Amino acid sequence: MKLDAKIPAGNLEDKWTTYRSKCKLVSPANKRRLDVIVIGSGLAGASAAATLGELGYNVKCFCFQDSPRRAHSIAAQGGINAAKNYQNDGDSIYRLFYDTIKGGDYRSREANVYRLAEASVQIIDQCVAQGVPFAREYGGLLANRSFGGVQVSRTFYARGQTGQQLLLGAYSALSRQIAAGSVKMYNRHEMLDVVVIDGKARGIIARNLITGQLERHGAHAVLLCTGGYGNVFYLSTNAMGSNVTAAWKAHRKGALFANPCFTQIHPTCIPVTSGYQSKLTLMSESLRNDGRVWVPKKKEDRLKPPQQIPEEDRDYYLERMYPAFGNLVPRDIASRAAKVVCDEGRGVVKSGYAVYLDFSDAIKRLGKDVIAARYGNLFEMYQRIADDNPYETPMKIFPAVHYTMGGLWVDYDLSTTIPGLYALGEANFSDHGANRLGASALMQGLADGYFVIPVTIAQFLADEIRTPPINTNQAAFAEAQNNVQAQIDRLLGIKGNKSVDDFHMALGKIMWDKCGMARNAEGLKQARKEIQTLREEFWQNVLVPGTANEFNPELEKAGRVADFLELGELMVIDALNREESCGGHFREEFTEDGEAKRDDANFQYVAAWEFTGTGKDPQLHKEELVFENVKPSTRSYK
Amino acid sequence: MKITLKVWRQKNAQDNGRFETYNVADIESDMSFLEMMDVLNQQLIKDKKDPVAFDHDCREGICGMCSMVINGHPHGHVKATTTCQLHMRSFKDGDTIVVEPWRAKAFPVIKDLAVDRSAFDKVIQAGGYISVNTGSAPEANSVPVPQDMAEKAMDAAECIGCGACVAACKNSSAMLFLSAKVSHMALLPQGQPERKKRVISMMKAHDEAGFGSCTNTGACEAYCPKGISITNIARLNREFLSAALSSEQPV
Repeated sequence: MKLDAKIPAGNLEDKWTTYRSKCKLVSPANKRRLDVIVIGSGLAGASAAATLGELGYNVKCFCFQDSPRRAHSIAAQGGINAAKNYQNDGDSIYRLFYDTIKGGDYRSREANVYRLAEASVQIIDQCVAQGVPFAREYGGLLANRSFGGVQVSRTFYARGQTGQQLLLGAYSALSRQIAAGSVKMYNRHEMLDVVVIDGKARGIIARNLITGQLERHGAHAVLLCTGGYGNVFYLSTNAMGSNVTAAWKAHRKGALFANPCFTQIHPTCIPVTSGYQSKLTLMSESLRNDGRVWVPKKKEDRLKPPQQIPEEDRDYYLERMYPAFGNLVPRDIASRAAKVVCDEGRGVVKSGYAVYLDFSDAIKRLGKDVIAARYGNLFEMYQRIADDNPYETPMKIFPAVHYTMGGLWVDYDLSTTIPGLYALGEANFSDHGANRLGASALMQGLADGYFVIPVTIAQFLADEIRTPPINTNQAAFAEAQNNVQAQIDRLLGIKGNKSVDDFHMALGKIMWDKCGMARNAEGLKQARKEIQTLREEFWQNVLVPGTANEFNPELEKAGRVADFLELGELMVIDALNREESCGGHFREEFTEDGEAKRDDANFQYVAAWEFTGTGKDPQLHKEELVFENVKPSTRSYK
Repeated sequence: MKITLKVWRQKNAQDNGRFETYNVADIESDMSFLEMMDVLNQQLIKDKKDPVAFDHDCREGICGMCSMVINGHPHGHVKATTTCQLHMRSFKDGDTIVVEPWRAKAFPVIKDLAVDRSAFDKVIQAGGYISVNTGSAPEANSVPVPQDMAEKAMDAAECIGCGACVAACKNSSAMLFLSAKVSHMALLPQGQPERKKRVISMMKAHDEAGFGSCTNTGACEAYCPKGISITNIARLNREFLSAALSSEQPV
């Protein structure tokens, strides 16, 4: 298989404009006759479904939650980037593009990232018009703040709930289309397979989670807007329901999965306190604007109350190691530095896995009121969970799995390798390379949904105007449904001795220990074996209570964990294959002066994997990354 | 900690439902209430019994999915919290805790503690939006919004749509939820063109969905996890009255 990213010719600045001037269109009369399925209702899914509905397509949108407003985009805190240059600090579309490429450690595609930076400007306009209550200055104009990995202020925000407000904006646009009849919404439905006919995606099998009924839905195109797979680690900042199932089923049907080992470990999360913990909570990166990260210089001070450690005995290690960016280095670098100081035995909690994030200087400089206005809700959230007052005692934080840069391989049109099957937002791999910069996930989800897919999907659908509505009585639908039913029956029939959570936790431990913040060949090889053994045990000994024809959350979880058990192996294989350190992927064997050592000569490519069977070696396809505008260099934040 | 739980069990919407009593041990005070429920469910699964169904997702207090009435209090007795952000340190060793679903005509039980809140979606679909197609928005800074108005709009927009206001209200009214959306949009310049139509249409959808009327007891505000104020309901009433009086259509 030859991967063609279909990058338009021409100058970087002109590619998207030229594309739009010359691309195929579908007339309004024909749009009415074309059906599009959207899986997921987060920023990417809701914005895509709403916009395609506005354009006149017949849209069906599915989410597993009880309402499209619950999707996990809602939990994003800090903000959304846009190259508006409202602060007159030298920002531009090119600079946002450059920062994103560099931040991603030169493992993303130039053309996609430039388009993202261009769309960022329109996103803010669109969201403001929808009534998103962004923070404003006294004069009534929009306010900005800074985020990690950049030296300009381009982040727009709504207190610490930017994701919530943007999602509610997209949800309101979606609700308007539902009311207008152009979008039909299916809440509490989970997609369990994609149906491929004559090489094209033609529909899905979904389970109604309340009745347990399997349903067939046909469409001319299917969009997967299903988020990331961070929950493969069991503990992450993802929602409990976040999963890889839709993307994985597509992978099994032929869609290539790209760079699965690129996971983002976010530096500022509330540390794990004990084994019962079900999830981790992020403290927004925006806190690093005013908080200073430190650990004691001496090991013996690590459990002392922080107020009793004098200034000269504190190691503000990010400021020391990276003076140019200080506490605002990118996430991968901040996380790794925390790991280094904790591995040295200077972690500040009993387990040894936490560092301080200290606001006392900022409170002295700006006053408590200013800090409360900026971060009040985050401080409150921290206090509620950690039972500690961050106005008085420094926060304790530690890195946690937060985002996955890898995902389904897509071309410039956001099409996967299955024609008619698209992947948007975190579910695809395209824009963040090996590391995502803060406040860029919201930007990408909305760019894909509001501005990219409505244009690019016409390249496929323009040739489908003669295709009648997809008949779901075809054999491919029956076969897909039978396979889904067989898996459900098998899961319920095992009646073993271990719960789904037992297996999920065990998988998470393997992934975190051996494919987490630092990886090496030996550990990865061992991890692969351990995952295979665990997967075998799962299919012999899992205990799923209840029946198929009822509301059965344990059955839902079992299906998702079954897919994580396959994905985990692919991640390990990918991490083993990539013999370099870049972004969130840090191989202990490939370093220079303790910093990650990238290998552009051998690994400047996207690793896109083809499924060949469970437990079998997947086939690697390489998309070479060509940099025509920026010159890959060693990322320096010093 | 050892806890005794009296949990509402109801197989499906048709079942009458009843309380079942369970004992859970080894509860740590740092656990969230939902993590304590996880412990119960793991215990039930291993005893080959049916685990308790409950809604939850983000577990960080923002998605609005979790929904339990705990000892008679929606989201528990701690002020301004969701169930997922309620911790066992707020309870004592040996406590008996009664756990029920939201109870309201408009929120039928699906199973055990999970209810159907699609009535909320219907209220939003009736007008909780600004009609602006993608691509047609003017430059973001072309319409200044006074900072205090933006802040007030944000205060209302913080609603997470969990439904605790309905569960707390003796009339099962969703006026706090409705007023939060109406206020959010009425306070912003972008919301002006559809201001009157919006409030009339959403009010109608609220009543049709089976939510009751507001009698100003203030229970909704007391239990709102995001501290949405009932001054929004006062604003809703003003908005509705002025829209109704100046409407050219019968309301």
